Amino acid sequence: MMLSKGLKRKREEEREKETLAVDAWWLDPSLPAAAQAPPAAASSSLFDLSVLKLHHSLRQGEPDLRHLVLVVNTLRRIQASMAPAPTLPPVPSPPTAPCAADSLLASSDAALSASMASLLEDLSHIEGLSQAPQPLVDEGPPGRPVGGSPPSLGALDLLGPATGCLLDDELEGLFEDIDTSMYDSELWAPASEGLKPGPEDGPGKEEALELDEAELDYLLDVLVGTQALERPPGPGR
Amino acid sequence: MPSGTLAPLGSGSGSALSYWGPNEPHLPVSPPTADIISTVEFNHTGELLATGDKGGRVVIFQREPESKNAPHSQGEYDVYSTFQSHEPEFDYLKSLEIEEKINKIKWLPQQNAAHSLLSTNDKTIKLWKITERDKRPEGYNLKDEEGKLKDLSTVTSLQVPVLKPMDLMVEVSPRRVFANGHTYHINSISVNSDCETYMSADDLRINLWHLAITDRSFNIVDIKPANMEDLTEVITASEFHPHHCNLFVYSSSKGSLRLCDMRAAALCDKHSKLFEEPEDPSNRSFFSEIISSVSDVKFSHSGRYMLTRDYLTVKVWDLNMEARPIETYQVHDYLRSKLCSLYENDCIFDKFECAWNGSDSVIMTGAYNNFFRMFDRNTKRDVTLEASRESSKPRAVLKPRRVCVGGKRRRDDISVDSLDFTKKILHTAWHPAENIIAIAATNNLYIFQDKVNSEMH
Repeated sequence: MMLSKGLKRKREEEREKETLAVDAWWLDPSLPAAAQAPPAAASSSLFDLSVLKLHHSLRQGEPDLRHLVLVVNTLRRIQASMAPAPTLPPVPSPPTAPCAADSLLASSDAALSASMASLLEDLSHIEGLSQAPQPLVDEGPPGRPVGGSPPSLGALDLLGPATGCLLDDELEGLFEDIDTSMYDSELWAPASEGLKPGPEDGPGKEEALELDEAELDYLLDVLVGTQALERPPGPGR
Repeated sequence: MPSGTLAPLGSGSGSALSYWGPNEPHLPVSPPTADIISTVEFNHTGELLATGDKGGRVVIFQREPESKNAPHSQGEYDVYSTFQSHEPEFDYLKSLEIEEKINKIKWLPQQNAAHSLLSTNDKTIKLWKITERDKRPEGYNLKDEEGKLKDLSTVTSLQVPVLKPMDLMVEVSPRRVFANGHTYHINSISVNSDCETYMSADDLRINLWHLAITDRSFNIVDIKPANMEDLTEVITASEFHPHHCNLFVYSSSKGSLRLCDMRAAALCDKHSKLFEEPEDPSNRSFFSEIISSVSDVKFSHSGRYMLTRDYLTVKVWDLNMEARPIETYQVHDYLRSKLCSLYENDCIFDKFECAWNGSDSVIMTGAYNNFFRMFDRNTKRDVTLEASRESSKPRAVLKPRRVCVGGKRRRDDISVDSLDFTKKILHTAWHPAENIIAIAATNNLYIFQDKVNSEMH
């Protein structure tokens, strides 16, 4: 075992399986370090490991952005190497690992992009509440945008099915202790979902409108800073 | 400019590379609390050495003046002052705790009797003033010795209070708090050579501050993409040029360096020079980007070169050549075949610092197993030394260490597989003029000195 004694290992039960397969490949002295294409099984376990890391990183209250970006970029490299070439004719069936990789890709790629996008958007969204607007940027950092990623999602969409398979309840738990009453109001519901019923049952349309305006005023006040963030006023103010 | 220091790595006589010995007699020096040291910094004269730790404390050591009576014992570093710089804070909007860990300390050039330094955690920079008090007034008319008000009826004559000497007291006070400038985590601060401004850098932005103004800062670099989905690169370190107050450099997680000129534009998103080495195709792997991420960048004292540290190497760059570094030194190339395991245990993300000696002829950086490495740019020789209690008894001389990677193993060699990856030397500092180095090994501070050099004085 090449890891030295005394080394802390996180999440041992999850990593045990992957470690051996991955280590074996990398330590094989007969294989030159990187000149060979890694076997699909090893790529797949490296992929899983990276996804776990990403998951763990995203679960931090305030993720280490450098760690996050490096893991995501590594994940993209692995994905790119695992993706089958589109122009090749169907080849005789290779071992099952690539199929597992493909299904993992299919289920994880969209979810990965979605969860990554939504979390980063969320960081950006929260920044918007806490700071004056920053100067516009002429050029972003060099880097390829994620191909085929879904349109940027708002914070609420974390609860949607796209993230379900990758990020479980722990991600929602991240927000448990934040007062979300502001978000629960119908003001924040995406237009496509239609308005949810208000706290009081079946208000008249005028009353519903009035409710919206009061809450809108309240939220504008918060954003402008004239009012501290507190529980929004109940209906009928 | 620093005095010419003799190369600490052997003077051509063939003797062992073992001129380094611990400062005596207090080494190894432990900070008052057993906390992990997170930054080490000498001041501009080397008289003071500041350390910051995870608990938000700053400890300042002062070099005792050399005693004429005992010329053998060079000035040692003793504790001068300890204070709590940052406390843990809670960001209520994000429901997150802000760590009090001191990420960086930078000294201001001394302009009067007081010393000043900047210390920063993830979010807030503070300016501290350190003053000495060695006199106190005595003989007040209205107060007695304990400070209680006198009964006025007992006062029959007036006296002028006089200043009497007292035991030295070091007072530290916060003079400025530069808050709310950063959304992301601050990784660097750097004082400008104009001594009026400084910059602070986080993952995505760099701000310019005036030392006297705390309620606003000027954003000079912003690499935040319009769409956070497109984020692929972050700022990892930044520093002002030591002489040209308009120039600064920042490094990225993709291994590039950008030299920016503040005269060119208000927002320095467009670099003046981009330093980047093309990827070596024979060493390409999934981890190429991670190991190319620059963890530290330091201008040479001359201002002609830059030193960068990435996971496996230190590189010297000439400001006049953007295409590639002029020198590359392997710190621990034996780890190249272990990258996967190091990725798994997150060691591959460790951020090591690097340092120049006073004459820019030797560079130093830390590694694992409490090893640190020095490279002599002129002789091209290098040495591996260990910061440990066993090797640091008074008057001991450090023995060079060797990591063996298979093949013949000498008696004291360490094999790669028995390296302790929890003992990492991330923070090192070199005295600006003399061959004195400060090494932070987890919660211990080691100060080593070049003995041979001292004898030559």
